[in-house]
Amino acid sequence: MTAAPLVGSRTAPSGTQRLLAAVRDDGQPMSLAEHLARFGRLPTNRRGAGSWLVEEVDQAGLRGRGGAGFPTGRKMRTVAAARRRPVVLVNGSEGEPASQKDALLMQQAPHLVLDGVVAAALAVGATRAYLVVHEGTNLDGHLDRALTERAGLDERVEIVVAASAGGYVGSEESALVSWVNGAAALPAATPPRPFERGVDGRATLVVNVETVAHIALIARYGAAWFAEIGEEQEPGTVLLTVSGAAAHPGVVEAATGTRLAQVLAVAGVDPDRCSAILVGGYFGSWVPIDAALRMPVSQAGAVSVGAGLGAGVVVALDERACGLAETARVMAFLARSGAGQCGPCPYGLPAIAGAVTAIAHGTARARAHGDLERWLRVVPGRGACRHPDGAVRFAASALTTFAADVAHHATHGPCSGAHLPAVLPIPDRRSTGPRPGEPATWGSR
Amino acid sequence: MSLIGAAVGHRTLVRVDPIRCDGHGLCAGLLPERIRLDEWGYPIISSEPMDADLDAHARRAVAACPALALSRQPAPLPAPRTPARPPTPRSRPTGGPR
Ligand SMILES: Cc1cc2nc3c(=O)[nH]c(=O)nc-3n(C[C@H](O)[C@H](O)[C@H](O)COP(=O)(O)O)c2cc1C
Ligand code: SF4
Ligand code: SF4
Repeated sequence: MTAAPLVGSRTAPSGTQRLLAAVRDDGQPMSLAEHLARFGRLPTNRRGAGSWLVEEVDQAGLRGRGGAGFPTGRKMRTVAAARRRPVVLVNGSEGEPASQKDALLMQQAPHLVLDGVVAAALAVGATRAYLVVHEGTNLDGHLDRALTERAGLDERVEIVVAASAGGYVGSEESALVSWVNGAAALPAATPPRPFERGVDGRATLVVNVETVAHIALIARYGAAWFAEIGEEQEPGTVLLTVSGAAAHPGVVEAATGTRLAQVLAVAGVDPDRCSAILVGGYFGSWVPIDAALRMPVSQAGAVSVGAGLGAGVVVALDERACGLAETARVMAFLARSGAGQCGPCPYGLPAIAGAVTAIAHGTARARAHGDLERWLRVVPGRGACRHPDGAVRFAASALTTFAADVAHHATHGPCSGAHLPAVLPIPDRRSTGPRPGEPATWGSR
Repeated sequence: MSLIGAAVGHRTLVRVDPIRCDGHGLCAGLLPERIRLDEWGYPIISSEPMDADLDAHARRAVAACPALALSRQPAPLPAPRTPARPPTPRSRPTGGPR
């Protein structure tokens, strides 16, 4: 690897293993030399790299992989049009407890991620990019070492790796922007949204780690290649983190439109022994197993079964486990994770969590059901961020999917599953809430 | 619908900044047509636009809010039947529920 490799000369990954083509089987991170041998250099030195790549990403139909699924090209175009030089903020916090895909990419394919950070920055005309990971993951040190390896690449983007201390809500985009600006990692009232006014008051492109990894490949192989596989409306592949009742839990890459049944089979899930699948994470929905099996893996596919794809979390619930008890624990976690800034969130979520817990324990009073229905209607849409909306969606899906259990618990008390070990991971209590005033811990460059 | 004209420009919406709002509840008393309170005392705001008469009440509510949390903004124009030029997209990137 002495002579600079020809731009884009390496063959594009074929099949559905695109991002995972950058992940070695032995669990070791891919070195820069190996990465360049596999993918070639980023074609960053093309004239007008900026608008060209924004167009390409737009043409590709790439949608954000951080949860909301917004078209990335559109967001890039808005930021690129800002009067002052914009900033890029790549979201590697992966606050979703059951998600591991971003950590996998950063851990094992650091150069694909860093390529993506550079490509996204050059595309929108930024010269500085932040890559924010979660504190305590050791990913910051790891990424800094990868950055050192790239010193010779002569990139025109300054990348700052930082570890944030924010909890679940601290990884929401306006909270990250506040934190990078030196304030607490709390969501801010919008507008202005980060793409209008973010880091240092500049237009800021906030994108997820997986999203930029796709951008790194689109920059090399183009929009047509990207859209070769997957659904027409939202092409390409997505990373899913499959866990729960799975013999081979882990990160699976699938073309959009693939039936979820196939993904579950790859992860060793026996659908005959599962009652439901949690799709999308703790802002997602419980989907009854039959509907989940035929769900196409895509935003639209998830919507078709009443769910959302979110950040690609898929958890298989063993039929013996109690979906209500699982939901109650997660709701309690979400209730204490709120930033406590907006009335309906710190009052409403604990109320909802309490009612779900009472239902799971079989101790709910008759009027608890009516209260719960009302809170689920009245709480969403009124916070500065969408935390309460996601939490409400999750709780509401449990009441529908586990309706038979709700009735059973009301008459017979909790089922035996309520005493089984918990399936859904709950982060440690101390790390759930944002800690205002925490000093920023910047990774060294 | 021939709503084009001065009246359209005057239609407004009332908005609350949920972070600033302390749940004083004053606003609901001053603008009950658009604001009611939830059981914790926080405002639930209707998305129904206000005409000039009601907007005058909204102005009073905005001025009375001790937390400076209330504001008024122009209501989005109803889509005209024959747009003179292609409408600019109003949608914006959102960080929606994940
Ligand atoms: C409470 C909350 C937590 C979030 N946590 C994350 C996260 O951990 N990682 C992430 O990429 N996006 C997270 N998001 C979404 C971000 O706000 C933002 O939309 C996303 O990073 C944009 O990237 P994308 O367009 O590539 O999806 C969260 C949103 C909310 C409301
Ligand atoms: S909605 Fe909840 S989590 Fe979001 S900013 Fe307000 S209080 Fe914090
Ligand atoms: S008067 Fe202001 S602070 Fe009080 S409830 Fe209304 S908006 Fe909130």
